[in-house]
Amino acid sequence: MSANQFKSPVVRWIDHRLPVFSMLHHTAHDYPTPKNLNYMWNFGSLAGLSLAIMIVTGIVLAMSYTAHVDYAFDSVERIMRDVNHGWMIRYIHMNTASFFFIVVYLHMFRGLYYGSYKAPRELLWMLGVVIFLLMMATAFMGYVLPWGQMSFWGATVITNLFSAIPYVGESIVTLLWGGFSVDNATLNRFFSLHYLMPFIIAGFVVLHIVALHRFGSNNPIGIDTKGPQDTISFHPYYTIKDVFGIAVFLLLLAMAVFFFPNAMGHPDNYIPADALQTPAHIVPEWYFLPFYAILRAVPDKLGGVLLMFGAIAVLFVLPWLDRSPVRSARFRPLFRIFFWLFFVNAIALGYLGGKPAEGIYVILSRVATAWYFLHFLAILPLLSMFETTKPLPKSISEPVLGSSGRTA
Amino acid sequence: MAKSDTNKNPAKGDVQEPGRRDFIVVATYAMAGLGAAAVAWPLIDQLNPAADTLALANIEVDISKIAVGQSITVKWRGKPVFIRHRTADEIARANDTNLDDLRDPQVDTARAEKPEYLVLVGVCTHLGCVPLGQKTGEVRGDYDGWFCPCHGSHYDTSGRIRKGPAPTNLEVPPYSFLSDSVVRIG
Repeated sequence: MSANQFKSPVVRWIDHRLPVFSMLHHTAHDYPTPKNLNYMWNFGSLAGLSLAIMIVTGIVLAMSYTAHVDYAFDSVERIMRDVNHGWMIRYIHMNTASFFFIVVYLHMFRGLYYGSYKAPRELLWMLGVVIFLLMMATAFMGYVLPWGQMSFWGATVITNLFSAIPYVGESIVTLLWGGFSVDNATLNRFFSLHYLMPFIIAGFVVLHIVALHRFGSNNPIGIDTKGPQDTISFHPYYTIKDVFGIAVFLLLLAMAVFFFPNAMGHPDNYIPADALQTPAHIVPEWYFLPFYAILRAVPDKLGGVLLMFGAIAVLFVLPWLDRSPVRSARFRPLFRIFFWLFFVNAIALGYLGGKPAEGIYVILSRVATAWYFLHFLAILPLLSMFETTKPLPKSISEPVLGSSGRTA
Repeated sequence: MAKSDTNKNPAKGDVQEPGRRDFIVVATYAMAGLGAAAVAWPLIDQLNPAADTLALANIEVDISKIAVGQSITVKWRGKPVFIRHRTADEIARANDTNLDDLRDPQVDTARAEKPEYLVLVGVCTHLGCVPLGQKTGEVRGDYDGWFCPCHGSHYDTSGRIRKGPAPTNLEVPPYSFLSDSVVRIG
């Protein structure tokens, strides 16, 4: 942290008083990273990039958006038609929101597969779940802002959930609405909070990275690094790998923005909100569908709400549900099977969340919801007690380098 | 595969002449810079006036109903524009002025395409107030043109500054007559 090799006297003057350059150097150069990370480790940086894109495009959109029920929808159309490059900035904002969730879900699934939530990284995992929750709140409020039919009715449905709380439910909903229904007061406060929350997310991302740097990244075989023979410096190897990942990400994002900008949205949101007409099928954005399916699977209103929030609460306590000392699924053949079952089940829940709550879909939703909780609350604890894991290699380098891979 | 003499030993940092690695590093940074510029431009350009603002950059005004001696005010690009149908007397006084008496010398013919109609931006060139003199009964100042109440600038029948702190004459916006009864401003 001292005696750094910065040549420029200006840099040294600043760094002596505010060691920001030393910090950056330490993070990039000195920071030892396992040398066997695969591309599943790219999604963290992609999530950070997505957050940056959302903040920049969002601040720019806020310059032309009007948060009033009489003007909101038209102000968005004005952005699309009159503001220079407005259509592009708007499409980037709405598609990057979807990409942000894709990337974060993949990031979370990586964590589940390789046991990145296990000791000593429990807090890192929990901070991540907090970020996920904040993202969902931000996205929910953001979707209300264009004041289309789905904006209005999605807001109505989700805010109505809180009326399930006994005794105080109705009062809470009135408090949230600022009135007797989702209306101008609601829209205004959602705009304010939607602008605020990404910066809170950014704060938690900083904590998330600080927690990560405490013990360093996990790796695909889930074994701690034993020394410098197991690591490489983050810069230039993982910086350039992340840049490559970013290039692929931006290519896919550009394909969406320029060729299929409305593919992940719902056409009903291009109809101005009408409090007197409910759309035939109210659906949230795709990234909420699994939780929406869980909500509707339970026949009881309060039960559905509790189980929906429970689905995320269960993620918080995951490090204590899965206590297997073996981190990576590579050495846990039974766990691996259940992991993929969980993955398929999550996709199924997403699919079912988009379907009307009728017939076979109801039954399947209940089965899928049950499986979701069974996985976390029963299968994982049982596996950690009874699974026979495969023998672990001695170190990261050892299977490749042989005896020279061992510590001295 | 022993052709990499030019790079000597890449593990050491003592490469003397530029090699393939330097090229690719410079190329990467250059592309990143171009990419950053390409991203930045739309984000900055969106601050420029939007299409609907630009559409209001020109207005067409029907001047056929303005009586002789009467003035109207229209809004153009967010500012007031004075259109005065001048009397013969006002035109004569504007022409008879000695240019040496003017702080910002301009002949009247340079300021009015057709002498009967004077088209001016109604913003005082001192600190931006809207001068009086448009409505009947309003003070017109010592030179019978316009009077700015904020700091006492007097403009004459051609909208030129005569007395008071304003440095220049009232601005003449770009305008053209589409017909005898319609003028296009901007």
